[in-house]
Amino acid sequence: MLKLDDLAVARGGVTVLRGLTLRVASGEALILRGPNGAGKTTLLRTLAGLQPPAGGAFDLSPDTVAYAAHADGLKSTLTVAENLEFWSRIYGGPGIHAALAALDLTALVRRRAGELSAGQKRRLGLARLLVTGRPVWLLDEPTVSLDVASVALFAAAVRAHLAHGGLAVIATHVDLGLPEAQVLDLEPHRARVIQNTGFDEAFA
Amino acid sequence: MKALLLRDLRLAFRSGGGFGLGLAFFFLLSVLVPLGVGPEGGTLGRIAPGILWVGALLACLLSLDRIFALDHEDGSLDLLATAPIPLEAVVAVKALAHWLVTGLPLTLIAPGLAVFLNLPSGGYPWLVVSLVLGTPALSMIGAFGAALTVGLRRGGLLLSLLVLPLYVPTLIFGGEVVRRGAEGMALGTPLALLAAISLGAAALLPFAAASAIRVNLR
Amino acid sequence: MSIWEYANPKKFMQTSAWALPWAVGLTVILLVVGLVWGFFFTPDDYKQGSTVKIIYLHVPAAMMAINAWIMMLVTSLIWIVRRHHVSALAAKAAAPVGLTFTLIALVTGALWGQPMWGTWWAWDPRLTSFLILTLFYFGYMALWAAIEDPDTAADLTSILCLVGSVFALLSRYAVNFWNQGLHQGASLSMDKQENVSDVFWLPLVVCIAGFILLFVTMVLVRTRTEIRARRLKALLARERVA
Repeated sequence: MLKLDDLAVARGGVTVLRGLTLRVASGEALILRGPNGAGKTTLLRTLAGLQPPAGGAFDLSPDTVAYAAHADGLKSTLTVAENLEFWSRIYGGPGIHAALAALDLTALVRRRAGELSAGQKRRLGLARLLVTGRPVWLLDEPTVSLDVASVALFAAAVRAHLAHGGLAVIATHVDLGLPEAQVLDLEPHRARVIQNTGFDEAFA
Repeated sequence: MKALLLRDLRLAFRSGGGFGLGLAFFFLLSVLVPLGVGPEGGTLGRIAPGILWVGALLACLLSLDRIFALDHEDGSLDLLATAPIPLEAVVAVKALAHWLVTGLPLTLIAPGLAVFLNLPSGGYPWLVVSLVLGTPALSMIGAFGAALTVGLRRGGLLLSLLVLPLYVPTLIFGGEVVRRGAEGMALGTPLALLAAISLGAAALLPFAAASAIRVNLR
Repeated sequence: MSIWEYANPKKFMQTSAWALPWAVGLTVILLVVGLVWGFFFTPDDYKQGSTVKIIYLHVPAAMMAINAWIMMLVTSLIWIVRRHHVSALAAKAAAPVGLTFTLIALVTGALWGQPMWGTWWAWDPRLTSFLILTLFYFGYMALWAAIEDPDTAADLTSILCLVGSVFALLSRYAVNFWNQGLHQGASLSMDKQENVSDVFWLPLVVCIAGFILLFVTMVLVRTRTEIRARRLKALLARERVA
């Protein structure tokens, strides 16, 4: 379960979003909508524990989170299996075979990640989520460079994750076909007047 | 953690170029110095301890920026920072991997290069011992410097500027051990201090480096 | 009222604006008195002649070179623990001043060393450790200059300052290993026997007080500049967005 309580997030010392209050129960998904620069990535990074909130609070243990950023964190000289095996062992999660099958990567296991197409890389990056065994997924534009069939595969993986009591926060523009998902439009929460945090404010 | 170590070693051996470059540099330096200084054996023998230590240090410096920069570029560092291993352990493991692919090979080829430099025979065992004890400090301090500069686009030169002053005590004690060994003098104190620097660096710097990475990822 | 009130930028600007003229005046008086006294109204040393008089620049500069780093260490710690921005900016402001003192100490030392030891430079422990200190100052300032985000820069330079202090201290002891010092011992010590005699000592103390105040004045001015620069940046950023 994820709880945001009047959360504000800042990018480069400038507050971009504020007044975020909501709760997402286990088994539910939250879709983040908003134009470029609205603060989707910043919000996800804050929830992942990579940066402190600019205000308010959220309730999410860092031990439950699997974060998938824009970059997939793949090593081009390692094979698909090696890349995935590494994350599986880091998280001590389940084996890689189910994850490979879920994102249709089984045929590619012995390829090097550097030889994959952009969409295949993305699928490998998303397969990483499955081997973490973590209940909360934070996904930043997960469907970039995926074709229609792959988006369907990914949506199925998310639904399976939710069905097992997982939770997902997804920043995306694509309709994933998750009718039960909450949608959070970030537009009303954007910090309109630029507000520097703390120190600089003391002078203005 | 073992998985991380294995991955880093595998990457070092596969990526072509990174590994071995430091060794080649060390070799070239040891060959060039006699060409510049002249062939007189006594002179070379006297400066050999210092040249070998400076060479090992610079060779180590060459590959430092790869410790975190590559992981930062492809996004792995973000993912590692949110992974269940503490970031301090990530730093320590990556420094260890760096030592295994640079410090250790440098130590192993150093006696061979010492022949070119006419190192007096008493110095050989102490050259190896001092490098074994001292190069871990070089890798660990280097990892700290790499952590400070990980977010910067052109951090390479800055990294050298930050790390070289930190290398001073290690270099002084390391060179001193070999020099005293070559001259047959007592060398217990500098040797103990050299080991102390390595141990202290390994114990404390992961915390400083991890906090620097957290700041840089923010 | 606690001392931390002065960490508020507004309060700091007010207080420093009040203190600055006094600091400048006292610095000028002490430095003029100390240096004139030292240069013109002390006898020549029976061994060193009039070259000894460079001591009135050399010793205070050397002391302040180290004290400036210690001050940076303390302000860095305050930033890490209490996150007062003025503290971080004061550390940033002190670095070039400390570097200048270090360079003055090195240059005056070379000028003094040439007639005394017959060499501009020797790898003596004291000289070497000052050279290493110069490197630390350069690294610290380069890191400040390289990072754009001011909070990130403050955090990273503070960490560097902490770690650097430990290694600077280690280097100081490491160079002692060479055991071939030309440099005399400390000029001031509690043991009267080792001290330079009173005629030299009194103007030296005045000079040291003057250098301390000079440091304080320059750090105050530079910190005020840094604070204003931050404010300007914030205002410009606001204007761009509005």
